[in-house]
Amino acid sequence: MITLIDVHKSFGDIEVLKGISHEFQKGKTTVILGASGSGKSTLLRTINQLTPIDEGKVLFEGVDVTTIKHRQLVARIGIVFQQFNLFSGMNVLQNVMYTLVKEKKLNKDKAREMAMISLDKVNMASRLDAYPKHLSGGEKQRVALARAMVLSPDVMLFDEPTSALDPEKVNEVLDEIKKLTHIGLTNIIVTHEMGFAREVADEVIFMDEGRIIETGSKEAFFQHPKAERTKQFLDKIL
Amino acid sequence: MDIFDYEKIKPWIPYLAKGIGITLLIAFVAAIVGFILGVVLVLMNKRKFFRGFARGYIDIFRGTPMLLQLSIIYFAIPQLLDRIFNDGFGMNIDFAITALMAAFITFGLNSAAYVSEIIRSGINSVDPGEIEAAKALGISKYHMYKDIVLPKAFKNSFPALVNEFVTLIKETSIVSVIGIQDLFRRQQIVTAQTYLYFEALIIIGVFYYVLIKVFSLIARRLEVIYAK
Repeated sequence: MITLIDVHKSFGDIEVLKGISHEFQKGKTTVILGASGSGKSTLLRTINQLTPIDEGKVLFEGVDVTTIKHRQLVARIGIVFQQFNLFSGMNVLQNVMYTLVKEKKLNKDKAREMAMISLDKVNMASRLDAYPKHLSGGEKQRVALARAMVLSPDVMLFDEPTSALDPEKVNEVLDEIKKLTHIGLTNIIVTHEMGFAREVADEVIFMDEGRIIETGSKEAFFQHPKAERTKQFLDKIL
Repeated sequence: MDIFDYEKIKPWIPYLAKGIGITLLIAFVAAIVGFILGVVLVLMNKRKFFRGFARGYIDIFRGTPMLLQLSIIYFAIPQLLDRIFNDGFGMNIDFAITALMAAFITFGLNSAAYVSEIIRSGINSVDPGEIEAAKALGISKYHMYKDIVLPKAFKNSFPALVNEFVTLIKETSIVSVIGIQDLFRRQQIVTAQTYLYFEALIIIGVFYYVLIKVFSLIARRLEVIYAK
């Protein structure tokens, strides 16, 4: 579905991605693990072109993403951010409806109906009029998820979706993401939640200092890690 | 001896008070023109092709005295146009503009320079995460600015915009030099008639102060409502 070929990215003098190659399988859930600063989030953002790459290629269904119109590309790829990034000037319903009305040109009733369905799936249909600042982190992230899912993407990117949440709110968001791993979506998840990774991952990628150190099924990765660096990492956190 | 000769100034108070209308008129028109042009300048600043013009404009209007700008628009530009078209091309057009029109133009153009800087910093204070989300959702730049960035930027810059309006009210006092009968000009006329400097100045001073207080209080109210 998505193929990265020798992807390089630098911010100023710092090379964040040092030649990443990987193929993300359609309909699978891939979890990207690694220490902070290992390049996980940057890798994720190269896929929907939020971070344009310096060298290499990112292919979406075999097509170089730089040749696809941005709008067409992101229509297929949803993303959920660490900091939620809801539109603070809009209420919950408007956040979810907005793109449907303005960019998909749906009429308001249809858009509202779709938004309601999407919000209902994440149990936020009762807070339609609330503004983001009145929501908890977990609620915000569920709205953000509904906002991405209402556009029915084929791929969902998760950039540390629970890292900014209070510990007791983490599960309410993870539970929603888990549901998405059973409906044929291609999920790519950057997270620090090991229990979650073990549960949902079809494939695990371990990154360190801008490189992919190890990839494998979750069983292979967690039980028989090959690389020394992976072992150290797992020892520290498990 | 009266320290404040109220009896003598009293008949002139209605005449002085009429200047409030003129002062407010100029400030309001300038605020509207300034706001619209200010937004245009902000948008120009975002486009490479227009950026040089926008920057130069802002630089010149902020870098020269308002009295000079007013004088150039009222006296110098009509003269220049007269030379070019009437003397140069033998036309016969009257380029003179009314003092009030000159005031609208000058204050509007001048205010635009300040407003654009205020809104620009308002835009810079918009959470970059929201902009990123808009991009990731495929929201067009036009919609992103219209519905997400600018409303937020206005909200963030609202106190500074009110401040700019208050400054405008105060600065309109310079229109007296081109003969507009604003508060200040009326004071000069009254003083010329009565030799009452102190009383006339104190009275228009009170008018200015109250005017500005009223707008500041309204603004604070709006801010509270807006922040909800």
